[in-house]
Amino acid sequence: MSIVAENLTWGVRRKTIVRGVSLSAAPGETLGLIGPNGSGKSSLLRLLAGLKRPHTGRVEIFGQDIAQVSRRALSQQVAFVQQSAATDTNVTVRDVVRLGRTPHRSALAGWTAADEAAVTTALTHVDMLGHTAQAWQTLSGGERQRVHIARALAQSPRVMFLDEPTNHLDIHHQIEILRMVRDLDLTSIVALHDLNLAAMFCDRIVVLQAGSVIAGGSPENVLTETLLRKVFRVEAGVTRSLYHGRPHIHFTAA
Amino acid sequence: MTSGQYEGEPLRLSLLLILFTILLVAVIAVATAIGDYNIRLGTVVLAVTNRLGLTSAEISRIEESVVWDLRLSRALVAALAGAGLSICGAILQALLRNALAEPFVLGVSAGASTGAVCVIVLGIGAGGLSLSFGAFAGAFAAFGLVALLSNGATSGPNHTILAGVAASQLFNALTSYIVTTSGNAQQARDIMFWLLGSFGGVRWPNFQLLLVVVALGFAICIWMGRALDAFTFGDEDATALGVPVARIRLLLFAVTAMITATIVSMVGAIGFVGLVVPHAARYIVGPMHLRLIPASAAIGAVFMVIADIVSRVVVAQQTIPIGVVTALVGVPFFAIILYRARPQT
Repeated sequence: MSIVAENLTWGVRRKTIVRGVSLSAAPGETLGLIGPNGSGKSSLLRLLAGLKRPHTGRVEIFGQDIAQVSRRALSQQVAFVQQSAATDTNVTVRDVVRLGRTPHRSALAGWTAADEAAVTTALTHVDMLGHTAQAWQTLSGGERQRVHIARALAQSPRVMFLDEPTNHLDIHHQIEILRMVRDLDLTSIVALHDLNLAAMFCDRIVVLQAGSVIAGGSPENVLTETLLRKVFRVEAGVTRSLYHGRPHIHFTAA
Repeated sequence: MTSGQYEGEPLRLSLLLILFTILLVAVIAVATAIGDYNIRLGTVVLAVTNRLGLTSAEISRIEESVVWDLRLSRALVAALAGAGLSICGAILQALLRNALAEPFVLGVSAGASTGAVCVIVLGIGAGGLSLSFGAFAGAFAAFGLVALLSNGATSGPNHTILAGVAASQLFNALTSYIVTTSGNAQQARDIMFWLLGSFGGVRWPNFQLLLVVVALGFAICIWMGRALDAFTFGDEDATALGVPVARIRLLLFAVTAMITATIVSMVGAIGFVGLVVPHAARYIVGPMHLRLIPASAAIGAVFMVIADIVSRVVVAQQTIPIGVVTALVGVPFFAIILYRARPQT
């Protein structure tokens, strides 16, 4: 297994946000994390990526307990894409993607051919190679999101966590980004709101409600009409798509 | 001018550093020549080479002494103070993610003035050395309070800035309290002049101490330059890029407090330089710290020596407080940058 989490619990003050979550992801797998607003998706991703320390439980990535690994060593393996990270600094697209090489470079090491290749490949993956010299402040929301993803890819991670990566993206780039994440040779856990995209691109789906895992498995097994009613409080019909063979959810107007 | 132009142009930093090194030597020479008693540049050079044992030219011993003992040490301290404050400003703007951050944002100057006032008014200790010591102790007391209030600076930039504001207010109130209850008019005037800063009275031992502190601080900041870049999108992002955020933040806060406290205790709280110079440097070499820190140091050094020259020549027979000059010279210059760097959206 690439990622194994056991019994993770975390909260702020008296409010428990993540309750006893256990999950695992196999190498190369794309795992979707779905759930209503406030179900603990973002917090769980941060616990898995080692950005927050769980109150109980542990996370292993490639067999190593992440609490025992240095921050830098962890970042050489694990990348994290947060939702709409902002800056006032006047940086260029290239500056931002170059930051992805941080965990691989020592304090004063020069810029190597490997660094350059990683940055170029990452920019190509997100279709932003033509914008390298553009100032961050002049990018649209969707372009910024793609640059953040490129930065994560430039980290050359084996595991990637993405928090709502398709927010702000147009439909073409939503599909392109998720297709890329699925096809890349790395393990990824993606928090998603769009259930149809989750069905199309995830190998497995984990459903969170009020901080607990209440279902997990293949999209076919998880995305049922009963579950959608119970967790998301929507009426919907689920059919098998004629176009991609995955489940497709038809929301019914009241 | 777009920010893309510096990309892939390390040449630009080299050019800037060469240009500013030449400029620095030139302005230091001018600063050493100009004063109540002007000395010819040729004599200045000979005086310096004589003292360095390179020449043994026949020049007036008084002139040689004025150049070496008074003015050269003063100019070099000014250069180091300008460089040090500018580095601190650049670091704090990155760590606090705030364009308004400057070396005194963590309460260091307020604490230093309380310490100085304790010495001047309350007569704790006696003599010139203890004034510096009092200021230094006060500066670190204020920094300690800020570190405590912001949980070792782990509670996020805004929390730390608020802690700095609270500490500044507290120490300013203490200063005012001591001055109003115990001071006389002359002491109040002395304190005001001290706070606005002056390079009068600095000598070679000041230079040696400041050189060690600023050089060490500069080296640490350069060493942490990559990590500072990773703060561009905030603490969590820096963590995800493998930077031990809490440790680096505390270390760099301590470094800036050390540099600032040393400078303030020697020459007073000289404002504006630490706020403006990093912005000017960023405008020229971009926001990445391995370029920004040396550029800030170079520009700050030259700027401060020029400000010191202006402070001595603008009114005959009188020295304007250096803090007044840095603001008067700096604001128009800053206005140009603000105007040219305005967002294009």
